[in-house]
Amino acid sequence: MNLTLKIWRQKSAKQKGEIVEYPISGISPDMSFLEMLDVLNSKLISAGEEPVAFDHDCREGICGSCSLYINGEAHGPDRRVTTCQLHMRKFKDGDTIFIEPFRAKAFPVIKDLVVDRSAFDRIQHAGGFISINTSGNTQDGNAIPISKHAADDAMDAATCIGCGACVATCKNSSAMLFVGAKVSQYALLPQGQVEAADRVQNMVAQMDLEGFGNCTNTGACEVECPKGISLENIARMNRELIKANLKG
Amino acid sequence: MTLNSKIPEGPLADKWTNHKNKINLVNPANKRLIDVIVVGTGLAGGSAAATLAELGYNVKAFCFQDSPRRAHSIAAQGGINAAKNYQGDGDSTYRLFYDTVKGGDYRSREANVYRLAEVSTNIIDQCVAQGVPFARDYGGLLDNRSFGGVLVSRTFYAKGQTGQQLLLGAYSAMNRQIGRGKIKMYNRHEMLDVVVVDGKARGIITRNLITGEIERHSAHAVVLGSGGYGNVFYLSTNAMGSNATAAWKAHKRGAFFANPCYTQIHPTCIPVSGDHQSKLTLMSESLRNDGRIWVPKKLEDAKAIQSKTLKPTAIAEEDRDYFLERRYPAFGNLVPRDVASRAAKERCDAGFGVNATGEAVYLDFAAAIVRYGKEQAYVKGLDENDESLVQSLGKKVVKGKYGNLFQMYEKIVDQNPYETPMMIYPAVHYTMGGVWVDYNLQTSIPGLYAIGEANFSDHGANRLGASALMQGLADGYFVLPYTIGDYLADDIRTGPISTNTVEFEEAENSVRQKIKAFISNKGSKPVDYFHKKLGKIMWNKCGMARNKKELKEAIEEISALREEFYKEVIVPGSADEFNEELAKAGRVADFLELGELFAKDALVREESAGGHFREEHQTKEGEAKRRKEYQFVSAWEYKGAPKDAVLHKESLKYDNIEVKERSYK
Repeated sequence: MNLTLKIWRQKSAKQKGEIVEYPISGISPDMSFLEMLDVLNSKLISAGEEPVAFDHDCREGICGSCSLYINGEAHGPDRRVTTCQLHMRKFKDGDTIFIEPFRAKAFPVIKDLVVDRSAFDRIQHAGGFISINTSGNTQDGNAIPISKHAADDAMDAATCIGCGACVATCKNSSAMLFVGAKVSQYALLPQGQVEAADRVQNMVAQMDLEGFGNCTNTGACEVECPKGISLENIARMNRELIKANLKG
Repeated sequence: MTLNSKIPEGPLADKWTNHKNKINLVNPANKRLIDVIVVGTGLAGGSAAATLAELGYNVKAFCFQDSPRRAHSIAAQGGINAAKNYQGDGDSTYRLFYDTVKGGDYRSREANVYRLAEVSTNIIDQCVAQGVPFARDYGGLLDNRSFGGVLVSRTFYAKGQTGQQLLLGAYSAMNRQIGRGKIKMYNRHEMLDVVVVDGKARGIITRNLITGEIERHSAHAVVLGSGGYGNVFYLSTNAMGSNATAAWKAHKRGAFFANPCYTQIHPTCIPVSGDHQSKLTLMSESLRNDGRIWVPKKLEDAKAIQSKTLKPTAIAEEDRDYFLERRYPAFGNLVPRDVASRAAKERCDAGFGVNATGEAVYLDFAAAIVRYGKEQAYVKGLDENDESLVQSLGKKVVKGKYGNLFQMYEKIVDQNPYETPMMIYPAVHYTMGGVWVDYNLQTSIPGLYAIGEANFSDHGANRLGASALMQGLADGYFVLPYTIGDYLADDIRTGPISTNTVEFEEAENSVRQKIKAFISNKGSKPVDYFHKKLGKIMWNKCGMARNKKELKEAIEEISALREEFYKEVIVPGSADEFNEELAKAGRVADFLELGELFAKDALVREESAGGHFREEHQTKEGEAKRRKEYQFVSAWEYKGAPKDAVLHKESLKYDNIEVKERSYK
């Protein structure tokens, strides 16, 4: 395949960025999108130019490192995949592909396509845990039966990989799908209920502090989420928050 | 220097309890005066950092990823073992211990493995308390599945994302301590050297991967939870960034490196599709609970499949060779990984491979779909003989169990595994070797500890499935936090460690020099060029089957490649910015040394054991042949070039288990 890439290049957070055009040829449809970028980078390096910086690590869709806004969509045109799982067979010979970083006020660009998503970490520092120490004396794992449905729903919420596609794709740059998923995991399980009110209040307060926008229920986040996290999680978070606030 | 494994006296089952009762403790007020550095935030590093902070130590944790949650433990799929015996199928601490030692081909330490089995049950309880959403049955109790090399169901799981859920559990425990200020977290930082002061590990040198800043960090002890070195093969199931630099730098500062040649080649990975391939994807071992592995019986059928003129579904049942079931009737498709991988290689080498390159075998779910479909039809009172009904019911069950794996496969290969068998082939997955540690998980440098995959201690020559997660969390939650206190008890009056010493200066300067050398090198070939070349040498000559001649060649070739690397590599950009090529150059430089030691270790070990298969040492049936005189751990001491490394032997004793031929027939 022969393609024209239009890639966002930005030397550092402080400098201005721009779209730069790169023609590329000899791309196999079996390559992953990131392998296609590897080919480009290898050419750039051999020519003495700086390669395009992008975040990536596991390359199997689970670590949540890779991001990229491809032709106006977070993680590109395929559904339920991260960019590393997107394959070039989804494109046609001769295509022009725009590649930009995830854009949000709370995700400043570090370099080229690499952004700083540490806001997600700080939201979790505020309350994304159950306050229990390691001791070896916790009660037996089977002491509290948990219904299969609750366990499965908690698992579905917990599959969030923290990539930030929901934020990047939201017109308000809202992080409510991400926070909703985390709050839901704990809300659905009996463990940690004693601190449920503090958890949701603290996490939401931190989310607001980080500069994420609000949710206006357009549902774009659910469509672009590589793990299919459902909008229900946002509703559940809102219920949890109202409950907590009413309790005072 | 002699090796002292410090295994406590007494009966096997009491060793850990007695040891914990006798070792020194640090009182809570004094813990506030002590700093501990943890490098790596996977299951081992993350759980250790959280637990040490809970105990009251001041922890500084480092990871090269942008968040601790992205460490590669996140990708572990199938499950975690624990001797809970919830299924009532006869499991016990002893049985888990026995299976692990046997699975490791009698090349691991009895005392370490027993302790691992002992604390395994605590791990499940701890994780449940943290809110890890393990799979449950309809009664609300924890569910189990089976993994290779065992005859019980002791594997706990969270869909096909167990590693993710366990890591998020450890990460949540870390978050709580980060929020409280007890862990200071350094994301996007790479450890580039360990600093040894008066014979003790007292700090590390790091590079901030965003700004390029070189930093000094001091502490009273340093813990490495930095993972394995599978990426020495270039292509592996490891993450792109997984590297051995922390462990290798520790080795160069005096930590012995043990059993580098013990590598796990996992049987069920998606085959290589071309030269562009950057990494390999695992298909969980849990699939072997229901999937049957086969190749065509007739060579002409295999040829037709390779040339794409025949479809696998068109091959009649009697013309299929279910080679694992044929060779190992007792364990069938659930033989340990080393055995399954070698059996697949044997069939492919004989010409029976099933893709264009001839390097793939089938993993087939057709039988499982029919079995589950009939079961469901019966339960629902529907017609068991209605084929299309049975198919659709069966596919639903299989989807519930393995849906995310099937989806992953389809996205990569562009084939529907519900309709046609998966193609799989072995790939490098895990390294059993690593930094040598004693029973306290302390390396041969006092104050330097290694945990999880970074150490060598529990899996011998082959690791059983679902045991990596168990070991990582056992080390981090339940072993290291106790044993490190014994060492730190002497440090309560030491006070803060200064970074203004000649040792820190020397270490920082050596790091700066290396970086400068890469940036100013006038080469023309990217780092990946050398990494790929190294990977090919490793895979072809130090892979699933090894022999003396090729290992000798590998040593020569790696050494020559290293020389070429330093002459020809090009690293664009500068040192004081985000520069992934620079980070990669440092990692590959270390792999180029480690790879040579790996080959040397494999050459010296004149036997076959677990993942280390020497063609010269096999039984008539082609099984691995151990030799009594090699019942030892190879611990290598750094003396300059890898070829000069000095071998120390720690002999292994088996008092509680009979060493015999490992049979899965």
